[in-house]
Amino acid sequence: MKRLLKGGRVVDPANGIDGVRDILIDGERIARVGLNLPFDAATVVEIADGLVICPGFIDMHVHLREPGQEHKETVATGTASAVAGGFTAVACMPNTNPVNDDANVTTYMHPTKTAILLRRALEYAAMFGMPVIEHCEDPSLKGDGVVHEGYWAASLGLRGMPGACEALGVERGVLLAELTGSAFHVAHMSARASLRAVRRAKEAGIRVTCEVAPHHFTLTDEALAAPIAYDTNTKMNPPLREAADRDAMLDGIADGSVDAIATDHAPHHYDEKKVEYDRAPFGIVGLETAVPLSLDRLVHAGRIRLSRMVELLSVNPARILNVPGGSLSEGAPADITIIAPDVKVKIDAGKLRSRSKNTPFDGWELRGGVAATIVGGRPLYVNADTRLAL
Amino acid sequence: MSPTTVHVDQQPAATALRSKDLLGIADLTPDEINLILDTADVMKEVGSRPIKKVPALRGKTVVNLFFEPSTRTRTSFEIAEKRLSADTLNIAIATSSVVKGETLADTALNLEAMQPDMIVLRHSSSGACHLLSRICRSAIINAGDGMHEHPTQALLDAFTIRERKKQLKGLKVAIIGDLLHSRVLRSNILLLTKMGADVWVCGPPTMMPTDVRRFGVSATSNVEQAVRDADVIMMLRIQLERMEGAYFPSLREYFNVFGMTEARMTLAKPDVMIMHPGPMNRGVEIASEVADGPYSVILDQVANGVAVRMAVLYLLAGGAEHEEAA
Repeated sequence: MKRLLKGGRVVDPANGIDGVRDILIDGERIARVGLNLPFDAATVVEIADGLVICPGFIDMHVHLREPGQEHKETVATGTASAVAGGFTAVACMPNTNPVNDDANVTTYMHPTKTAILLRRALEYAAMFGMPVIEHCEDPSLKGDGVVHEGYWAASLGLRGMPGACEALGVERGVLLAELTGSAFHVAHMSARASLRAVRRAKEAGIRVTCEVAPHHFTLTDEALAAPIAYDTNTKMNPPLREAADRDAMLDGIADGSVDAIATDHAPHHYDEKKVEYDRAPFGIVGLETAVPLSLDRLVHAGRIRLSRMVELLSVNPARILNVPGGSLSEGAPADITIIAPDVKVKIDAGKLRSRSKNTPFDGWELRGGVAATIVGGRPLYVNADTRLAL
Repeated sequence: MSPTTVHVDQQPAATALRSKDLLGIADLTPDEINLILDTADVMKEVGSRPIKKVPALRGKTVVNLFFEPSTRTRTSFEIAEKRLSADTLNIAIATSSVVKGETLADTALNLEAMQPDMIVLRHSSSGACHLLSRICRSAIINAGDGMHEHPTQALLDAFTIRERKKQLKGLKVAIIGDLLHSRVLRSNILLLTKMGADVWVCGPPTMMPTDVRRFGVSATSNVEQAVRDADVIMMLRIQLERMEGAYFPSLREYFNVFGMTEARMTLAKPDVMIMHPGPMNRGVEIASEVADGPYSVILDQVANGVAVRMAVLYLLAGGAEHEEAA
């Protein structure tokens, strides 16, 4: 079956396109991209003004919980959540039971215990052209910390972990990436000292990349105290940090030091979160809030252009993971995200597609959202509010 | 106008508490603190009568839910409840179903189903009272949550200081010890700074909370500087297990550097008060000569704890309004 997306603004940084184009989808692939394409017996979809066609967004950091923890999320609910959030592909982290290691990505959910183990991983992964993705953290500095070590931790009597706890792991990874010549990727970076280490490494030509989660460029540790004190939906690892760290993440996103936005989507059942703060598991869901937060806090706030947002959510994740996608090239898989940058979005935790509802953004009103998500030529999600007929 | 009657916000004196709960000093206004202390004055008188009982909380059920061992605080609450004629129930962790893996929320909801009026909670997790407050109809009284707050301790400390010094405003109060893990410290800082005291905190740098000066206090690791010209010296307990965390090299070293001795005390004002929330480690944070000496008000603190907790229970039950209805 053929579909012709007609007259929409196309933002495809990989091909240097930001302008009105038609896109012809033939089966699972993009057949043609151009101006005033012939109908070619295709179903025509008129793309209304205000909608933007982007290469499919790729979330580099998602926990889908299946197998082993299906009460939190399944592959079915997780992928439903992903397409509702505008993601056409997700990289699943292997902290499932049994371990899901099908993905061609070497990832360490927990900080590698020793430098020699990380070194070997870097050397081995290079054989497949893969980076090592690490959750950077010094375990002894983390201790039994549950939040960022700062004023709010002190005020609420919660045990803290400093930004240095993460930055130590980043510095170690940078040194070993330099030693091995392999690629090292910093997962869910949150601390300004980590960003400093990444910037220096990039300047030195070391193969280091990094991602930032939307909650780390949006919230600070002040959210631990208000609007709901000790809300366990503010608990994740790495933790919400102080304003200087949050602002550094915004700067890094704007100046190109940060390569990707990844959600660290971590569903937990409400039973598990409805406990004492220090006993609650780390993590929040993120797939369905990432695009509205990115549009509202980054694009509409004037920090980045839309094309840069597409790089962060699509082009760079594909490049870092060495997977197909990240462009709307002719012949590429028809993985397409259509966004509505000006649609009004109100986050309603109860209506999330994810099986879990653990978000600190419940009730937030944001500008911009997802209009439709096309995966392999099939429209798997259409936002009724955007009146897009796919 | 005398300093004791100056109110920062110039609002009329409080006659009731605004919240249904006492989760922490953080939520109280200076007027509410004064209301509790004034009410405690009356309650203290009840404790001096031959028949130490008033009917103020007759027909009210109070549950003392203690997830941490406590002798002083639990006993103090229980005596306070009984002097007010409340029906009391003590649940300690060893006898509860928590050992079977029930969550705190489920425990609380099961208790709620039996219609108590108040739950006094002691728990090792900071914020446990906030969790209960969100899911319970009963008034929640924080009897110590993790490293967060211990509001009735700060109130009884303030009551004890006020009894001797007449006011809190302008007093130099030195709080010395494990500042990092202390809920007593947090509640006292909040209360004393709200009431206009000049608060100094002192301890090893390893036990200093992040950004402690943002709480409106002076901070030092020099114990002489903290003690000099102090009106009140408050010693905090050093938990012996902190040694393992490498916070300081040895207990002997700690006593040498921070312990309250008679020699150090001479730097303070001549009428200095020595306080300790208990339980004490004699020879670690405080010398026995100081703890048992003439400046010590440590047992007065314990005595006043009952009156202050009676005041809190009474006010949260609705005060005079409830009494008239009954």
